[in-house]
Amino acid sequence: MAWQWFHRLGSPRWFYQNTGAWLPWLALASVLLLVLGAVWGLGFAPQDSKQGNSYRIIYIHVPAAFLALAGYYIMAISGAIGLIWKMKLSYLVMRAAAPIGAVLTFISLLTGAVWGKPTWGTYWVWDARITSMLILLFLYIGVIALSRAFVREQVADKACAVLALVGTVNIPIIYKSVDWWFTLHQPATIKLTESSSIDASMFYPLLTMIIGFYCFYAWTLLLHTRNLVLQREWRTSWAQQALRGEPLAAGK
Amino acid sequence: MSSVDRPATAGPGFSALLRVELLLALRRGADIANPLLFFVTVLALLPLGVGPEPELLARMAPGMIWVVALLATMLSQESLFRSDFEDGSLEQLTLSPQPLYFAVLAKVAVHWLVTGLPLALLSPLLALMLNLPAGGYLCLFVSLLLGSGCLSLIGAVGAALTVSLRRAGLLMALIVMPLYVPVLIFGTGAVQAALDGYAYHVQLAVLAALLAAAAALAPLAAAGAIRISTDS
Amino acid sequence: MEFQFAGLAEFLAMEGHGPYVWIAYGVTLVAMAALVLQPVWRRRQLQAELKRQERIRQRRQSAEKKRVAEPA
Repeated sequence: MAWQWFHRLGSPRWFYQNTGAWLPWLALASVLLLVLGAVWGLGFAPQDSKQGNSYRIIYIHVPAAFLALAGYYIMAISGAIGLIWKMKLSYLVMRAAAPIGAVLTFISLLTGAVWGKPTWGTYWVWDARITSMLILLFLYIGVIALSRAFVREQVADKACAVLALVGTVNIPIIYKSVDWWFTLHQPATIKLTESSSIDASMFYPLLTMIIGFYCFYAWTLLLHTRNLVLQREWRTSWAQQALRGEPLAAGK
Repeated sequence: MSSVDRPATAGPGFSALLRVELLLALRRGADIANPLLFFVTVLALLPLGVGPEPELLARMAPGMIWVVALLATMLSQESLFRSDFEDGSLEQLTLSPQPLYFAVLAKVAVHWLVTGLPLALLSPLLALMLNLPAGGYLCLFVSLLLGSGCLSLIGAVGAALTVSLRRAGLLMALIVMPLYVPVLIFGTGAVQAALDGYAYHVQLAVLAALLAAAAALAPLAAAGAIRISTDS
Repeated sequence: MEFQFAGLAEFLAMEGHGPYVWIAYGVTLVAMAALVLQPVWRRRQLQAELKRQERIRQRRQSAEKKRVAEPA
């Protein structure tokens, strides 16, 4: 009994029917939190004494970087669940997570670059964290490219899961090695963000944004996964009903 | 002990496979020569591109030699499983009682013997042409020796994932390149340390550790990928 | 907690850092909107494809009926 929900989750139809009700709540929560956090961070949080107002980019840069990294693990874990329990739905979550993660990685890279210009006078430095994020973007692009290369979706699912798992094993090694490489080549003159203590008045809007980004991630992941479910179950009558907008009978 | 309940070890099958693969590789001479020629040709283009100043070339030599060695290894690996996939012997390997892990390991070992090892042996010559200071030679050689093993192992995963695709070359590069990052960093880091007169055994130890980890894990991932690719 | 800027103009200028902050927020907004809109757009595509297939099936069925009703 305890595992029933888990097996149910494996059924695309059950998933599609039961997640539809979550969407408006997730949408509401993420929009509210993101707007609140952005207004708070942009207008009401105090100015940073060293960096001036450009530091306000932190309120999107850090949450995006958080989710970009967490998203890779979510993708890899979904892939692993798919490989181990042969769960169709899990692969679809993995496939949906790849483009979302890539976009979030891109956001964190771009905001980091724009932030860099007023802070140390150049858009791009080969800072350890920026370089690691760039490699993370390449890892995401690799998974997306591989998923598009196969004609048979089932083969693509499994191949992407293996690649995502290999990437997961590599990420800590890549981070450590890039960190080491950076200390070797750059004396510690430039630092992106002092991770030292951050004042509460700056921290609470950041926390709001981080939670908002998590909600946003869950929302878009559901949206993308539901679409992939419909696309994959294209031939079934329930998927066609759902596409026509007809109510679905309570099913298995 | 009967052949059925034989424990899953490398056993005689491994050395037999190694011998066959090596023999096949040696018969196809071009497969050995091409990566080496690629290595030499690209590095010969470098001075034409950046100019012949010896100091500049010396500064770029470790990184360039490493990057081109990486490319040569990767490009030569696209065909690692290709012919076996096309004639069906890869599928037979997946059905054999011997674990696929050892079959992959044998193929990778042979690939390293005919690509990585010659690249490392050739590297002092190119270091000479690029004016690398004398202190870096030994370190460059040893780091390439260890590093190319890692590259072959990691590349095997990419080759196995893309073996069933028609034009896999660029896709494989896209997949595998980010995974090469640690090897490249510690390989060039070791040579740079040697040039600066520091001890470089730590970097070589890290490379050896990466090699050990890759030898344990990469064939597993590649074996899984082969099963997926041959399943279709 | 109070508004940190004297007015709207100061808020937009951000003491010279305005362009950077607004570019970062603007691009983020566009990218996140794209993440939300892509599934909506894709769903429309799927719906259109379904309608097209149904039309083809109907046309084929009616042609079949006609052929049965009046044999050549």
